[in-house]
Amino acid sequence: MSGTTPETSATPGGFVSSVGQGIDYGRFLDCVHCGLCTSACPTYLQTGNENDSPRGRIYLMRGVVDGRVGLTPAVRRHLDLCLDCRSCETACPSGVQYGRLIEPFRVDMQKAEKPGWFQRLVLYGLFPFPRRLRFALAPARLMQRLGLDRVSEWAGLPRLLPGPLGRMYRLLPRLGPQRPALPQLLPATGERRARVGLFTGCVGEAMFSETNHATARVLQANGCEVVVPRTQGCCGAIHYHSGSDAPAVAMATKNAEAFPDDLDAIIVNVAGCGSMLKDYRHMGEETSGVGQDAVEVLGEFSDRVKDISEFLAELGLRPPTGKVPWRATYHDACHLVHAQGVRQAPRELLEQVPGLELFPLPESDICCGAAGSYNLTEPEMADDLVSRKVAHIESTGADVVVTGNAGCSLQLQAALRKRSRPIRVVHPVEVLDLSYRGVAGSSPFDE
Amino acid sequence: MASTQPAPDGTVPVATELLIRFRRLLGDDGVLAAEDELIVYECDGYVVEKKAPDVVLFPTTTEQVSEIVRTCNEFDVPFVPRGAGTSLAGGCLPVGGGVMISLTRMKSILEVNLQDRYAVVQPGLVNLHLTRHLAGTGFHYAPDPSSQGACTIGGNVATNSGGPHTLKYGVTVNHVLGLEVVMPDGQVVEFGGVAEGLAGYDLVGLFVGSEGTFGICTQVTVRLTRDPDAYRTLLGIFETVGDATQAISQIIAAGIVPAALEMMDQGIIEAVEAAYGFGFPLDAAAVVLIEVDGLEVAVDDEAERIIRLCQEQGAREVRRAETEQQRALLWKCRKQAFGAIGRLSPSYCTQDGVVPRTKLPEILEFITDAGERHGVRIVNVFHAGDGNIHPILLFDERDEEQIARVFRASDEILGKCIDLGGSVTGEHGIGVEKLEFMERLFTEDDLDVMASVRMAFNPRGSCSPGKMLPTAGACGMEHIERSHPGKQAAS
Repeated sequence: MSGTTPETSATPGGFVSSVGQGIDYGRFLDCVHCGLCTSACPTYLQTGNENDSPRGRIYLMRGVVDGRVGLTPAVRRHLDLCLDCRSCETACPSGVQYGRLIEPFRVDMQKAEKPGWFQRLVLYGLFPFPRRLRFALAPARLMQRLGLDRVSEWAGLPRLLPGPLGRMYRLLPRLGPQRPALPQLLPATGERRARVGLFTGCVGEAMFSETNHATARVLQANGCEVVVPRTQGCCGAIHYHSGSDAPAVAMATKNAEAFPDDLDAIIVNVAGCGSMLKDYRHMGEETSGVGQDAVEVLGEFSDRVKDISEFLAELGLRPPTGKVPWRATYHDACHLVHAQGVRQAPRELLEQVPGLELFPLPESDICCGAAGSYNLTEPEMADDLVSRKVAHIESTGADVVVTGNAGCSLQLQAALRKRSRPIRVVHPVEVLDLSYRGVAGSSPFDE
Repeated sequence: MASTQPAPDGTVPVATELLIRFRRLLGDDGVLAAEDELIVYECDGYVVEKKAPDVVLFPTTTEQVSEIVRTCNEFDVPFVPRGAGTSLAGGCLPVGGGVMISLTRMKSILEVNLQDRYAVVQPGLVNLHLTRHLAGTGFHYAPDPSSQGACTIGGNVATNSGGPHTLKYGVTVNHVLGLEVVMPDGQVVEFGGVAEGLAGYDLVGLFVGSEGTFGICTQVTVRLTRDPDAYRTLLGIFETVGDATQAISQIIAAGIVPAALEMMDQGIIEAVEAAYGFGFPLDAAAVVLIEVDGLEVAVDDEAERIIRLCQEQGAREVRRAETEQQRALLWKCRKQAFGAIGRLSPSYCTQDGVVPRTKLPEILEFITDAGERHGVRIVNVFHAGDGNIHPILLFDERDEEQIARVFRASDEILGKCIDLGGSVTGEHGIGVEKLEFMERLFTEDDLDVMASVRMAFNPRGSCSPGKMLPTAGACGMEHIERSHPGKQAAS
């Protein structure tokens, strides 16, 4: 199928665009137009417009490549609205690699545009750098501790922040105390079963350092020696998904070089980062100017990356014994379930936690609207999707939502804060950690 | 691929005034009229023929649908409803252009009544979403087409959809109690109701399967079916296709009504095994997926009888699904078998014939023959229990000569189905794809009666023109070129 070209070289609609021309045309032909993806797509579920469905978007992209339609504002709009959640890939019986169509296509689309101030300063200038981010968050952390955040909210100050910044402020979780950086080597508890690297991320390390610590402890408790290289950095997803492929490859290469060769696995606890790390080989292949050797280095790194739940389920959990007597439900992060195909592992782990009651969540694998920085750039659709998600969560009667992605966690916490009944958001590894340490409160709010 | 030339004569232009009226009714968000947003609506799951509508509308209420229809009539513009667009026969093709009424925003579950065992839903509701909504109540919606994760209840009503479990539970018409319909003149009427056995003509029965030619249903009252207490899922493995079909006949003859009875031949086993790795034996000529359900005390007995019957017909082995996961994987293999075809061939075309069950060995032999004669590779996966075959013809759409051979083989196979006393569609519908077979399926008198019924509902022919009957609707068909079969999936 690969390497085929459209039947006619003249563009039937007369539209000429270089966007998407580099995409292997066979990937478009893989779509047999059956439509089974449509109802798996969160945006289609919301709008009912097939232009906002995976099948429709593939049709539009192919239309642009064939010159049948121009890359008009309407067409861009439908493509921009895609969450890149890859839910359609799970639904597709034909194995269409939708991500490998929309991602390079959007890279092309955005190359044609200059990044705005928000992208330059915040997405590129702040997010990828854990230290800068920690520094930037320090005032917020202080305000939260002093209770000043509530005062400022009461005074309406956040509304004065320009658009996306105001949204970012509202997404800020309750920031725990900033933990010291993890040591570079943590020994295994008991018999050593594996030697692994821990990817700590950028936003993850600044906002969820507690989750990183919990991950390290759970790995240790399961007999893993944990290596935490200091030279690692941002996974590059924010750059890659907003069209800056060359800087993303540079970040990828830095990460590939940071982790030693003798590790059994490289563990990641943020689904979004995990799917990017696992996609390094493909990213290298798709980016012009990256040599075969460099692609190999990236590929060998990708092959060793495992999500924490995936890794622990494969390794076999040492039975956790401490009771965590909570009513919980599990939300599938898109970048875990759809992009990485990890669905059962986290559930299997949680089922082994004594006392934890797990209630099934309706539409558990439909996107919550976070989708990387989507909730900052497409606020309306993101709000619609999170409302849908919150309604489902509340219908389960759970007090805790467990989810394996920082982006989902921020999005859900911000939305749940506005509701009357408190519901806590935690990472699966935090539940395991509480159980191993035997310190869970009788309610999730007792800590 | 079809051309995108401006529509030739015969297409109805949508006047600016019409658009203004629609925007006033539905808001800007409810109207698509720009060419770049219409191309995705130029075909459904059947991609051989294409035609974009002039406008796509997204009503949210019955009143809006009625008003749209009245407005279309006022301006003498044809209109066609569309759900998820998963038709494999071009059921949603806007023949001659005009207005497409997308019902995807009318997808609420309006009422669930477990005591009286019915639910009232809007037509845009996805089939599986109803059953999911009912999870834990002990009830489900029985018709389960393989595309149930995407296709809508409204589309199921239009095509009278089947599915693996309809062998025991019946097709859509057996599960629709009542309908609210916007007639082709805009009038809103109710057929049937929540109670059974109402007086008067059975208009529900007439409407279900009319493929949008009798009006647009805007509300459906469906029967809810109690979940079986227990089920057993078996996999019979056979050395020859003949043995497998014999076993199927024997099972039915023994008075057992399995919930599902599905067959896959060696070609499809190879693809499915590559895709899902179930552990199917690659050297078997055919496997039969059999599910029995009912009371816990009865299913084991039935399963034992089926195993015995399969063994008597020379089954190499009969396996049981031991866990829920195994059962789910087995069903996934069956329901998503079409998608796995991509592993055998770049393009394929699925046929949808029906023969009396006892003629299965004969038609399968004929299919093998036809494939050999025309040099086309054909694999089979089908609802064996009700004689609904789905031969899948593999080809490369870039090879025109091969495509011509695929057409000839398809025509012969479907012709043979008719000769054997069957039909050319079991569940996909006539749409535009099978129109030319209607004259072979029915006598002129039969077709006249159908045309009269259609006249009674849809005298102007403006509602879903060019569908179902070869003479239906005046406009359009001649300028839709039959190019070549595209790729199709799912059934």
